[in-house]
Amino acid sequence: MDEVPMAKAINEGLRAAMVENNKVMIMGEDIAQLGGVFRVTEGLQEQFGPNRVVDTPLAESGIVGTAIGLAMRGYRPICEIQFDGFIYPALDQIISQLAKLTARHAGTQSFPVVIRIPYGGHIGAIEHHQESPEAYFAHTPGLRVISPATPHDAYWMIREAIACDDPVIYLEPKSRYWYKGPVDDASPGVDTYRARVAREGSDVTLVGHGAMVSMLHQAAEVAQGEGVSAEVIDLRSLSPIDYATIEASVAKTKHLVVAQEAPGNVSVGSEIAATMTEKAFYVMEAPVLRVSAFNTPFPPARLESQYLPDVDRILDAVDRSLAY
Amino acid sequence: MPYTDATLRLLGQDGVLVHDDRVEKYHHAIAHLDEADFREFYRVMNVVRRFDIEAGNLQRQGHMALWVPSIGQEAAQVGSGFASRAQDHIFPAYREHSAAYIKGLDLVDIIRMLRGVTNGGWDPKKTNNFHLYTLVLATQTLHATGYAMGIGYDGACSTGDLEKDEAVLVYFGDGSTSEGDTNEALIFAQSYQTPQVFFLQNNHWAISVPVRVQSRTPLFERAAGFGLPSIQIDGNDVLMSYASTRLALDAARSGQGPHFIEALTYRIGAHTTSDDPTKYRDEDELKFWQAHDPIDRFTTFLEARGVESSFFAAVTEEAEDYAADVRKRTLAIEDPPVEEIFQHVYSENHPVMAEELAWLKTYNASFEAGA
Repeated sequence: MDEVPMAKAINEGLRAAMVENNKVMIMGEDIAQLGGVFRVTEGLQEQFGPNRVVDTPLAESGIVGTAIGLAMRGYRPICEIQFDGFIYPALDQIISQLAKLTARHAGTQSFPVVIRIPYGGHIGAIEHHQESPEAYFAHTPGLRVISPATPHDAYWMIREAIACDDPVIYLEPKSRYWYKGPVDDASPGVDTYRARVAREGSDVTLVGHGAMVSMLHQAAEVAQGEGVSAEVIDLRSLSPIDYATIEASVAKTKHLVVAQEAPGNVSVGSEIAATMTEKAFYVMEAPVLRVSAFNTPFPPARLESQYLPDVDRILDAVDRSLAY
Repeated sequence: MPYTDATLRLLGQDGVLVHDDRVEKYHHAIAHLDEADFREFYRVMNVVRRFDIEAGNLQRQGHMALWVPSIGQEAAQVGSGFASRAQDHIFPAYREHSAAYIKGLDLVDIIRMLRGVTNGGWDPKKTNNFHLYTLVLATQTLHATGYAMGIGYDGACSTGDLEKDEAVLVYFGDGSTSEGDTNEALIFAQSYQTPQVFFLQNNHWAISVPVRVQSRTPLFERAAGFGLPSIQIDGNDVLMSYASTRLALDAARSGQGPHFIEALTYRIGAHTTSDDPTKYRDEDELKFWQAHDPIDRFTTFLEARGVESSFFAAVTEEAEDYAADVRKRTLAIEDPPVEEIFQHVYSENHPVMAEELAWLKTYNASFEAGA
């Protein structure tokens, strides 16, 4: 495949999975003829028909709740939730049902449901359209939570999510939808649950996921100019988290900075900070620092550049870490 | 008077069959039932009621955290349960003990859940498609609707073969009608024309809140607003419950879309063993419904047909034996192994589950070793 934007990579991943297994189906709002508000499902209904690419009524709990029933019937539904801020009506079906039904069935029934959620800021959108709700899902046992940072990963991780017999929350960094990158669809794929060392370095480890990974790359580039060698780790999976890769990096750099678009309080970054303190206390030369959004609601978009972590705030944390 | 002019019944409150134009098609729907079927309806209603009493006693004696009685609702469930066909899928709430029994569930499995040894209790593939109880109200209405969408996508309905075409029967209560999920399920069902029957047991109380707080409109009329064919039946008339569910399921499986039945019944007991209905319920209302007991009504019907007293005595004896067996097996239930905490959280291998189980085992072993 040529260089494609992430949205197209996901589209091709969905298409390949649907060709491979006729039990794979997609359901959501405006996904059929429109192809989704981000066009991620463009052309799929045309190819696979209205029973496999289903426009739903405007009801998120209904989308996830009926996907659960379809999974019981043997289908592998992929739910598209239109925006991050619209997932909350579905939380009961996700947290009290989807995440617990495998255990409730004592493993006699699996629930291979994928929930795709475009998430995150940097697009200047109105309220409810730029949130980072990953902590709610990562906090919920029974779910897997993954988020790609590149088109290649996006292609292979959606395929992995669909093939997985567990419920998977697939968080799509919407600000990266239109950035192009190479996709090797003939490769053996990627290891979704192993974090990716996106850039090697020796002085400080920068950890993030989704759109934050490109921000970390930029920060590492600037740091390089200042003589600081930063290693960038793309988490890929937020539940479970691949601590072994972070540990190996920190063993080398002895400094760890975790960056995220979500508010810092009780966040994925908090969990990484706490766990790495347990795992690498004697190795590290500074406390784990978090670079997060503020603990406020997402502000009006004209203020998002002050609200979301940027390259400078990451570099500020790097400086503070190295100053210990 | 809780019944309305719209309430349909085949068996009058005096136990005598009612004939009028509105119900003739329902008489037709029970025409194939014979004496043995009637006796089976009676037997199941009595055995499950006796089971229910025994389970309540077991809870009071400390063998369960909670019990959820279904006394008074037997006819609604027995009629609708028997009306389902072998290929149908049943999605219950958590008070459908009679329907569970009809589908072959070992009722001790329900006790296991309420005793706290499992959060589920059975494998629906082995209980004739009787799915798990659902404790969060109304969530099962959407699961049922999704399942029914799948039946449609599979082409497993609407072929005209009533013995093969599949349908879904979902139970829920008057309280659940206020939940968003019920309303979304009705919307999805209607939108996709699912082969499905919504069976509402209006037992008049959502714990302590009367149905008039849920709705000032008769609930079956609300379903009509979604475009579903809907009726209100006397839920304490086992024959009407059977007939209406049979017709609705067969219509749904034949491509006529989802149907809705509101069965007026009454929760004679408490919501659960943790509840105290004397704090909120009028004694006269309870007396009214006790006087309209579904089993008493059907007994009168059978007696008038000449069913001998030895049959009733034999059912009573069977019910006693069943209750004794349930008690014996309840007392023998063992606690699950500690692996259960982690074992089925995920279908595929998961590093955190493995790690935490290993930690707990080591931790527990440290006490045994150091003792």
